[in-house]
Amino acid sequence: MKLFAFVVVFLTGAALIYSTIDMPEWGDPNSPASTHVSPRYIEKTIEETATPNAVTSVLADYRSYDTLGETIVIFTAGIVCILLLRRSAR
Amino acid sequence: MIREFEDAIIQTVCRMLTPFLQIFALYVIAHGHYSPGGGFQGGCILGASFILMAIAYDINAVKRRMSEKLNTLYCSLGALIYVGIGMLCLILGANYLDYGVLHKILPVDPVKARALGILGVEIGVGIAVMAVMVSVFLNIASGGEHKEGAVE
Amino acid sequence: MEFIISKYNYWIYIVLMMIGFYAMIAKRNLVKKLVGMNIFQTAIILYFISIASKKGATIPIIQEAQGAINPAQYVNPLPHVLMLTAIVVMVSIFGVALALIIMIYRKYRTLDEDEIIEILRGKK
Repeated sequence: MKLFAFVVVFLTGAALIYSTIDMPEWGDPNSPASTHVSPRYIEKTIEETATPNAVTSVLADYRSYDTLGETIVIFTAGIVCILLLRRSAR
Repeated sequence: MIREFEDAIIQTVCRMLTPFLQIFALYVIAHGHYSPGGGFQGGCILGASFILMAIAYDINAVKRRMSEKLNTLYCSLGALIYVGIGMLCLILGANYLDYGVLHKILPVDPVKARALGILGVEIGVGIAVMAVMVSVFLNIASGGEHKEGAVE
Repeated sequence: MEFIISKYNYWIYIVLMMIGFYAMIAKRNLVKKLVGMNIFQTAIILYFISIASKKGATIPIIQEAQGAINPAQYVNPLPHVLMLTAIVVMVSIFGVALALIIMIYRKYRTLDEDEIIEILRGKK
């Protein structure tokens, strides 16, 4: 069982390392993650939201739906722990 | 079962450190606009201050200061503040969670109204995260029964 | 050689990911599997943060002093935002999984995966 797990992990790791041939270099300012909508967020964050912190303005203003979903996720996790575990002392 | 361990140094230091932790957590939430921080980070530090009291003393020391009913109420209040600000923007005529229209009820210009909307939303998120951290810790650490012991 | 030096950050995160993956499938205790899942998720989060970096750039807090803002001077904030959500989801998954493990222990009195499968097969 452990030998089989070793082989699977090794093959998966080799496949992932083979896939890093196409990935952008570390610290490349023209990588696909940094070119489409992210320069717009950096340039427009002070004149549209008066917030110097670009991370907070993207989290709570430009992408506020995702933060709404995340708040509901953590609320649900709290309710689930109460529902599963809470019982009065026997 | 766990054994009772009372140490004067740990209990005194934790009791004196807790107000400073909570003020630092409120600082992190309020300065989310100007420095790294925000709702999630400040909410975690607030929850950690209660968990520190629960570790140093016992679970009843936390339950005396924040009862279970109040804790569940805070959990829902945080989510309600977030959704409520979105509904307020909807009622005033714009899209859901579009904070620009809040300048109709607050005496600021539309750009500053967006910054105030961000602050309100972060406060809601901070309250929700604090309540969920405390509630999950109390339920898992005591196996549900909220005595000081562990799972039998 | 140039290929290894420019992309070694991805290789480090792949090694961390594979350590977590091995713990998830090869260990028998349920809590150790859960810790392996946590290591896996942490490796994914670090991988995304490493994509966001730029050479010679500073943190994405814009000083108000200059007129034109050059986006190449600031680190890309978008993966940081998405990973905040991912960290909160990680904590929620951990909390719910620990609650489920407590319920499994109450019912079967053991936390070993093979013994639980034996009990389930024996009952059928």
